[in-house]
Amino acid sequence: MTAQPATAAVPELDLDPFSDEFLTTPYPAHEQMRETGPVFRLERYGVWGVARYDEVSRVLAAHETFVSSRGVGISDFAKEKPWRPPSLLLEADPPHHTKARHVVTQIMTPKLLRSLKDGFQQRADELIARVASRGGEIDGVADLAEAYPLEVFPDFIGLPKDGRENLLPYGSMVFNTFGPRNSHFERALERGAKAQGWIMEQCRPGAPAPDGLGAKIHAAAADAGYSAEDQAKLLRSFLSAGVDTTVHGIGNALQCLADNPEQFAALRKDPSLARAAFEETVRYSSPVQTFFRTTSKDTELSGVPLPEGSKVLMFLAAANRDPRRWENPERFDIRRKAAGHVGFGFGVHACLGQMLARLEGECFLSALARNVAGIELAGEPVQQLNNTLRGLDSLPLRLTAA
Amino acid sequence: MPKVTFIQPDGMQTVLEADTGTSVMRTAAANGVPGIVAECGGSAMCATCHVYVEDAYLDGLPEVSEVEDEMLDCTASARCANSRLSCQLNIESDIAVRIPEAQV
Repeated sequence: MTAQPATAAVPELDLDPFSDEFLTTPYPAHEQMRETGPVFRLERYGVWGVARYDEVSRVLAAHETFVSSRGVGISDFAKEKPWRPPSLLLEADPPHHTKARHVVTQIMTPKLLRSLKDGFQQRADELIARVASRGGEIDGVADLAEAYPLEVFPDFIGLPKDGRENLLPYGSMVFNTFGPRNSHFERALERGAKAQGWIMEQCRPGAPAPDGLGAKIHAAAADAGYSAEDQAKLLRSFLSAGVDTTVHGIGNALQCLADNPEQFAALRKDPSLARAAFEETVRYSSPVQTFFRTTSKDTELSGVPLPEGSKVLMFLAAANRDPRRWENPERFDIRRKAAGHVGFGFGVHACLGQMLARLEGECFLSALARNVAGIELAGEPVQQLNNTLRGLDSLPLRLTAA
Repeated sequence: MPKVTFIQPDGMQTVLEADTGTSVMRTAAANGVPGIVAECGGSAMCATCHVYVEDAYLDGLPEVSEVEDEMLDCTASARCANSRLSCQLNIESDIAVRIPEAQV
């Protein structure tokens, strides 16, 4: 008997997770990937994939073997020059990452976020009451999902009123560039290039308003010994990752609630379910669908040997619907205990803004529950295709004011 | 298997057998123990899996890391000398923890 090469047992899939078809409706392919095996190869790109909750969690947790410093997109920074200077947070490993992360966590504490709640809530109530009272058809994306974060988040950071529209194309560009150089990548780079100048301008020390989070980050980063250039890079992380993600989270929540009237009724009856409803949205319709890691040495995952330098694509959104972990994963259920999903990642690289995202989501959805009696689709939602994110371009809705 | 005792604010006790090496938080979550919210799923980011470790079990626990220390300053119920984040407590032997009045 001759020994089979170890890779012979690893399923090879012909799927393209960055194609329009996949990005539009990823769920059948997610199921195929989960069922094909714990680890698989994506032929087309020569990368490995994991789509089950267990393997995704283990790759996230083992940050010394599955590193981020070689890029969290398909490009390996050890072989290709990144398109922008790497992030000190997202694209870094301990101990450098630990130091940078501490600059942020010492400021953006759960305590600080609790102190923001009243203001965030009031602005959500005002916005939703105003939009609901307008009557007729609205766009759940432009009128609500984009409007709310674009109001509260830049104020929180201390950005000027003018130019905030640059935040969306910039974020969209950053997340698109984690994928291959396809049409989404190229188009996003083109649109994002215009926004980049404004973004970098806002990140300079002294640019953000003195009472906002941006100035606090600069001060803490300066204390920790970071140069002006690196201080700007730390703030850049907020502007890259803080807007599109939350916009999509809120947009996807609106879509889920319009699609599931009994869930909206439950939320109406008990607005204290708002935070849980947002959590369930991040599980069920995860704004961040995927991230890559790169193996720092020869290793093994669920019996599959992975050589050093392997790119591993984690399907976070597929893990969040893995029937091995979730009961009725295809059901949107705001009363479910959704905590433990990997929509914000896990471990040392877990999303730094996740508590802020939850705050925005909770304030928005509880305002929706109190100010809106009915929410129904008024047309076909249009998906916004992005190599990493899942969200909507438009969501035609009819709201009934409460 | 080590035993984990959860004591609710009203004194109600739940005793669970746990796998060595899993965290107190995961044991609570897997068994639906009320009062351990654990929003961030164990990344030490939310301070909503706060517990008070009963005095008899304080010896031999892992040190409080810098990150956990920072989070413990942000708990919804008062921080005490025996406060810990249950996501950072991996179970090696029997332990008993008291659940605070509030987590969020």
